[in-house]
Amino acid sequence: MNRRNFLRAVALTGAAFTIKESDAMSLLTQSFNANSAAQSYDLVAIMGGEPEVMFRKAIAEMGGMKKFISRGDKVVVKPNIGWDQPVEMAANTNPKLVAEIIKQCFEAGAKEVTVFDHTCDNWRKCYANSGIEEAAKAAGAKVMPADQESYFKTVSLPKGRSLKTTKIHQAIVDCDKWINVPVLKNHGGAQLTISMKNHMGIVWDRGYFHANDLQQCIADICTYDKPAVLNIVDAYRLMKTSGPRGKSMSDVVLSKGLFISQDIVAVDTAAANFFNQVREMPLEKVTHIGKAQELKLGTMDLDKLNIKRIKI
Amino acid sequence: MLRKIRIAFSITLFSLITLYFLDFRELLPQSLHFLAKIQFVPALLSLNIVILLSLVLLTFVFGRVYCSSICPMGIYQDIVGWLSKRVKRKKRYTYSPAKTILRWTTLLIVLLAFLFGFTFLVGLLDPYGAYGRIATHLFRPVYLAGNNLLESIFTQFNNYTFFRVGIYSLSVFSTFIALFTLVGVGLLAWRNGRTYCNTLCPVGTVLGFISRYSLFKVQFDNEKCNSCGLCAMKCKASCIDSKKLIVDYSRCINCFNCVEACKRDAMHYKPIWSKKASVKEAIVVDVNQSKRRFLTSTFTTGMAATSLLAQTTTGFSLKRELKRQQPIAPPGVQNIDRLLQKCISCHLCVTKCPSHVIKPALFEYGLGGIMQPKLYFDHGFCSYDCTVCGDVCPTGAILPLTKDEKHHTQMGQVNFIIENCIVYYDETSCGACSEHCPTQAVSMVPYKGALTIPHIEPSICVGCGGCEYVCPAVPFKAIYVEGLKEQQTIELVHEEKEEHVIDGFGF
Repeated sequence: MNRRNFLRAVALTGAAFTIKESDAMSLLTQSFNANSAAQSYDLVAIMGGEPEVMFRKAIAEMGGMKKFISRGDKVVVKPNIGWDQPVEMAANTNPKLVAEIIKQCFEAGAKEVTVFDHTCDNWRKCYANSGIEEAAKAAGAKVMPADQESYFKTVSLPKGRSLKTTKIHQAIVDCDKWINVPVLKNHGGAQLTISMKNHMGIVWDRGYFHANDLQQCIADICTYDKPAVLNIVDAYRLMKTSGPRGKSMSDVVLSKGLFISQDIVAVDTAAANFFNQVREMPLEKVTHIGKAQELKLGTMDLDKLNIKRIKI
Repeated sequence: MLRKIRIAFSITLFSLITLYFLDFRELLPQSLHFLAKIQFVPALLSLNIVILLSLVLLTFVFGRVYCSSICPMGIYQDIVGWLSKRVKRKKRYTYSPAKTILRWTTLLIVLLAFLFGFTFLVGLLDPYGAYGRIATHLFRPVYLAGNNLLESIFTQFNNYTFFRVGIYSLSVFSTFIALFTLVGVGLLAWRNGRTYCNTLCPVGTVLGFISRYSLFKVQFDNEKCNSCGLCAMKCKASCIDSKKLIVDYSRCINCFNCVEACKRDAMHYKPIWSKKASVKEAIVVDVNQSKRRFLTSTFTTGMAATSLLAQTTTGFSLKRELKRQQPIAPPGVQNIDRLLQKCISCHLCVTKCPSHVIKPALFEYGLGGIMQPKLYFDHGFCSYDCTVCGDVCPTGAILPLTKDEKHHTQMGQVNFIIENCIVYYDETSCGACSEHCPTQAVSMVPYKGALTIPHIEPSICVGCGGCEYVCPAVPFKAIYVEGLKEQQTIELVHEEKEEHVIDGFGF
């Protein structure tokens, strides 16, 4: 071996050691045992069933939870637990859906699953009255508070336009994968709150968002370099008016829908179209979706995607 | 035996009421608020005849059991006294003449102040209220810090049994008053036992008067007694004159220390009719003038110092408070005059409010309302479904409300200043205020293009302050709640649920 070959060999070995196991690689190894992975969809839309039933069918169509969660992963499931409202008000994500997602994460080999939300109402009451704390704990997840600034870590968002830096909850910063589980609701300021708007529960300073072009900041936060591996939109009940808190049952529609995608722009577009059937809500009004497409976070052009539609 | 029962009973009640004040996680049952309701001044102010009569009757039959075992301030003094004995082994109490003039003058001033609407003084001297403030402003921060320490340890091991809580001073003035009370009463107790109870405490004076005629009393057995003075040495009320074999029953708080101390079995707690001959009424001969002057001057200096401090602290809060003409009283107060009459500032509502929106007022209610509860929205807003403050209030200053009554109670009305609003001056979306509004008294209506702007409907506003708390406009908020002198009932329109049939995905 001459000197040149030796150095080349050393460099190559070194490079080989630096390669970490990535999502793409685990996907390769797992594609053999995934149940129905023959065809993979960009987005699965399902309606007509109970939350956990719809999720089971939809995730199977997406290729199974193992496609997204690897053995030993520290996972965060981030529902919307923003309000001190009962399950029927649909101000928060459906607890049955949250429990089913946690269950499947553990089945896929997750080491631990953490659930939290930076709530708007008193967090103790939100966690309790939403039914999520109880359901998540029963499913084996850890439920973490998010009411103190000390739980949050500063991250920079170089791709953001209005929001360049913010504080994100340590559970997200420290996890391997996180799953975004919003509930579909009307929102007085942002018009709709779906997957992208649900990111406001992972940050500390929401006031900055409101004070510095809310719609742009919502798009900006989604440029965070650890995007959710899945966006699962709970539309089992949707809040059509007086959102996001809701004042009475007349604001709520039993719509029995669920949408899953890795593409956050696509899933929010799909959910917005679904909402539009109940109350007129053109996509142009929900400007954060368009702004996110500009930031190349996904596509609003659903026709270009491979979508699976299921009715139960 | 009697003494042991008394100690066990006192410690149980004291621990429970203290923990109840500190318990921010609602681990203790909410019903423990009866511990506050059985206190003398709260029962008097809430006109709770049953409790009031029971306490008077209890005193008439058994003497000042209230002061001995029910009043938390009394038990606090006993604990300080006990500690002082650990330090000074040879500590002994001695008989001192009654400060009758001081006692009755204080009571008279307190009563007059109360009648003229200056409830502050009642609140300041009422032992339960004073202890409540000590627990709220001094013990609670320590308890919270302890919780945070445990939290940081447990969280290291991924255990989330504890959660972090914010610790901040609710009111500099009230904290100072609490500290002044803790140290002042504590020092007196360290040196001379129950001095506070038998000089300044208005409840002590009233119950002391009744207990002079009580049916059961500690009494000397003249035949057995050799005037050794052991009983007087142990008397923390300094009310036994062992030379003359006299007990001053207006000051005796039935601690039974004397009964247990007596080696000759010459001290008995028994009905007065069993041996009439040996009972003599204490006659007040002279009042220790210098001591009285000392106490009064200490008190006045304290008052002056605190009001001076208060003046310096207003400087900080003026900026924020200027816009609000009228403070917002907690739900169920009905009207501010009622609050001023009934509240003794025990701050149970302050410590129990789960959203931390109640804090002691300074001069917002006027001089008589110093330290009385008001809503502020720096750290949160009033939870729509929460009725805790009214449930726990022992004096009836904050009346209990059902959830439905609370939903219809208007504590204040929303005001919108469009020039300060982000949607108006930045022309970007916001809606934070409307987001938090439980009745949609603040709703978002179409504005330019895709924008929506707040629209207010003060008639259905409950005054919870959600909008004010969350409004991100700086330096001045665009939306705030103006308090009401008289709380109103609002009409909420019931909306019918429409049926929607969704048969497609919409894309």
